[in-house]
Amino acid sequence: MNKQDQPLIFEISTPGRIGFSLPEMDVEAVAMEDILPSEYIREEAAALPEVSELDIMRHYTALSHRNHGVDSGFYPLGSCTMKYNPKINENVARMNGFAHVHPYQDERTVQGALELMYDLQEHLIEITGMDQVTLQPAAGAHGEWTGLMMIRAYHEANSDTDRTKVIVPDSAHGTNPASATVAGFETVTVKSDENGLVDLEDLKRVVGDDTAALMLTNPNTLGLFEENILEMAEIVHNAGGKLYYDGANLNAVLSKARPGDMGFDVVHLNLHKTFTGPHGGGGPGSGPVGVKSDLIPFLPKPLVTEKDGHYFLDYDRPQSIGRVKPYYGNFGINVRAYTYIRSMGPDGLKAVTENAVINANYMMRRLAPYFDLPYDRHCKHEFVLSGRRQKKLGVRTLDIAKRLLDFGYHPPTIYFPLNVEECMMIEPTETESKETLDAFVDAMIQIAKETEETPEVVQEAPHTTVIKRLDETLAARKPVLRYQA
Amino acid sequence: MKHRYLPMTDQDKQEMLDAIGVATVDELFQDIPESVRYKGEYNIKPAKSESSLLKEMTKLAAKNADVKSHASFLGAGVYDHYAPVIVDHVISRSEFYTAYTPYQPEISQGELQAIFEFQTMICELTGMDVANSSMYDGGTALAEAAMLSAGQTRRKKILVSAAVHPESRDVIKAYAKGQYVEVIEIPYKDGITDIEALKESISDQIAGVIVQYPNFFGRIEPLKEIEEIVHTQKAMFIVSSNPLALGALTPPGKLGADIVAGDAQPFGIPAAFGGPHCGYFAVTNKLVRKVPGRLVGQTVDENGQRGFVLTLQAREQHIRRDKATSNICSNQALNALAASVAMTALGKTGVREMAVQNIQKAHYAKKALKAKGLDVIFDGPSFNEFVVKLPASYTQVNDRLFKSGIIGGFHLGTVYPELKDHMLVAVTELRTKDEIDALAEELGDGHE
Repeated sequence: MNKQDQPLIFEISTPGRIGFSLPEMDVEAVAMEDILPSEYIREEAAALPEVSELDIMRHYTALSHRNHGVDSGFYPLGSCTMKYNPKINENVARMNGFAHVHPYQDERTVQGALELMYDLQEHLIEITGMDQVTLQPAAGAHGEWTGLMMIRAYHEANSDTDRTKVIVPDSAHGTNPASATVAGFETVTVKSDENGLVDLEDLKRVVGDDTAALMLTNPNTLGLFEENILEMAEIVHNAGGKLYYDGANLNAVLSKARPGDMGFDVVHLNLHKTFTGPHGGGGPGSGPVGVKSDLIPFLPKPLVTEKDGHYFLDYDRPQSIGRVKPYYGNFGINVRAYTYIRSMGPDGLKAVTENAVINANYMMRRLAPYFDLPYDRHCKHEFVLSGRRQKKLGVRTLDIAKRLLDFGYHPPTIYFPLNVEECMMIEPTETESKETLDAFVDAMIQIAKETEETPEVVQEAPHTTVIKRLDETLAARKPVLRYQA
Repeated sequence: MKHRYLPMTDQDKQEMLDAIGVATVDELFQDIPESVRYKGEYNIKPAKSESSLLKEMTKLAAKNADVKSHASFLGAGVYDHYAPVIVDHVISRSEFYTAYTPYQPEISQGELQAIFEFQTMICELTGMDVANSSMYDGGTALAEAAMLSAGQTRRKKILVSAAVHPESRDVIKAYAKGQYVEVIEIPYKDGITDIEALKESISDQIAGVIVQYPNFFGRIEPLKEIEEIVHTQKAMFIVSSNPLALGALTPPGKLGADIVAGDAQPFGIPAAFGGPHCGYFAVTNKLVRKVPGRLVGQTVDENGQRGFVLTLQAREQHIRRDKATSNICSNQALNALAASVAMTALGKTGVREMAVQNIQKAHYAKKALKAKGLDVIFDGPSFNEFVVKLPASYTQVNDRLFKSGIIGGFHLGTVYPELKDHMLVAVTELRTKDEIDALAEELGDGHE
């Protein structure tokens, strides 16, 4: 990696250079003042860079060298399912008939796009065991909010308006309580027991007439399957609440358990995790939501529907919660997910989960002698370790994460979930080979040994990256959020 | 099961199961209660080889008409623009597209710096102090702006102009319901926000006022006049803007906007049947700690070298949980990168030139249609769209256009009943004089 500071694009700008080739101006130009009132004609040009095309390519190539992706190396970031992003997906999504179709074209001219969406819905219905699916939400958190708004509409339709609370486990993703708030609910936390699972007694204590829903990730963020799921479903349903499935960890249960069969009423999926829409450096994602039949009337509109081999957008949905996003969702990501599902088929998806779970358990067993394993049982697609043994020696989980960078690895998710001290959450995924897992485990073992013998090597890491640890306090105290000449 | 994405061999599997201490893979799933354990395989389509899947998907794509093989006059929020070829080359670098959110700054400087540059360019175009690292799209960005204004002013009513994109208005209403905020629409008059109606509706109960610039009909809203009305009652002034238009128009930041939000789709992002696009969100300094979503900030490392990090994270869901300013987590990072590359390629002169080409070509089209006897309504200062009253039913006209290789404009009657058989015509820099003349010919009185 290049250790030198990479100039900002603005710093290599030179007046007079251009990087564009606009279409020929083949109509007669009129004075701008004859078209627009003078106070609305921009006086000072926006100070965008002035660079040649090669300048641009070199700049972004240099930036790409300073960035780690799945294609660069192992990325065992727990809860994020950083699996390989198939290249065929990218080719298909860029086909003119998918990339360059306008959402307002006549339905008759977009039958291929609607057919793909319809068939994807059908595939996701089968995979989740739900009764209907909307592809409209843009991402997981957006799906959560959409699902909760539907649950709210359902209770309101039943004149059951005192259900103001959403229960989330203490191990839940931060988006769960945040989504509950923006959907107008209060959040109630339910504790985990000593086995890392939802404490049933505590659930019975917090559930009640005011419960709108329980949000659950299964397997949970510790990578453990909530084996009391049926009892939990019964407790919540008996109280009149709905059960919400956060699909972030679906990679763990493909062909093994379907949310619909476990008693869940609403499910969101992260197509950019389990179904290989690339993460893109933080997005775009896609967060379809599946529901059981009693919630179908509340789905966002429009919904893609089929009749006599013709596909159309159904807007006639009077009880719908409305529109959660302009147009029909992140279609381009949905195309990628569909391509992936069709590449894998039913046997392939089953192997995905089995291999992901074997990989995770294998790594967990190999690492168990060197790090604390808070929950000693089979995990699903991911597992958590605690760095408390290392902490006693003065090395924190953050240090371990930074030291991993020197080995060319992206570190695991750290300090999450919140209920495990010095937590490291590791998710290998099924697309990584045994050799890769072994090499990573060896690096972790070496770091554990360094912690005992030469802790400063870990404490001062990283040593090989283009930049050392950054002053985040300074960044927050005196925010510099844009370049200024 | 052998598959090119699955490297585990039979031997690997055996060795790993041995190391775990189980005899079969099924033992790893014993914690799933028997009664809910799924047995067998999904009833879905079988796997296809790479080549036959490509063939099938090519056929499926070909069932769609696309805007590249037709002359498209369809806009209404999604536009067919010049996308510098270099954009796709940059975003195809897999160090960018296969990365997660840059939570580990030491190995994510590329993404972080690119986003810092994106934030800067959005600030430049909008005339605002701070921009975030992107939102899902223009519609949800605007809804978040409305929610921010309600939170900030502790008021529970939002005014939205009827000349704001109808789908954005729908999304605002859906978000508002979540937070018990009331949305009141201000009618349009002669193609722009009805100023008198706004004056009547503004009060100290109003959290924010939302207008679009240029608006859904393509018209330039009189932001100066509107700003004065909004701020007399200390409501927040929220402007939804096509950022390309701001290459030639006075930026909302110079006209008193508190929040500017919109979609960067015109910058190098394909229509893609409506998404993914790229919402942007820009505010004044005063609101920096209320912004939803991720922000990248500049700082230094232990050696004093410049670097970039995600910052002010105390606003966000993974830290604040139920007290966060928004629930947004994934954003549109890769599309923000695409927009950055397009904005960089266009640069200081290109962005203005491209915006001006839109204004000029739309102006030419307006004249050409009028010359054919067509009635251009809401005529006045506009960007790249205008409204024409059709001489026959929309479907009839649009079908005829399609037969001539033209994708006609948006049917306003679908969302404004009073504008039945009125077409919103979008003319970008990509439309040639010949294509515009052909549209005028087809729409003109020769076909009545």
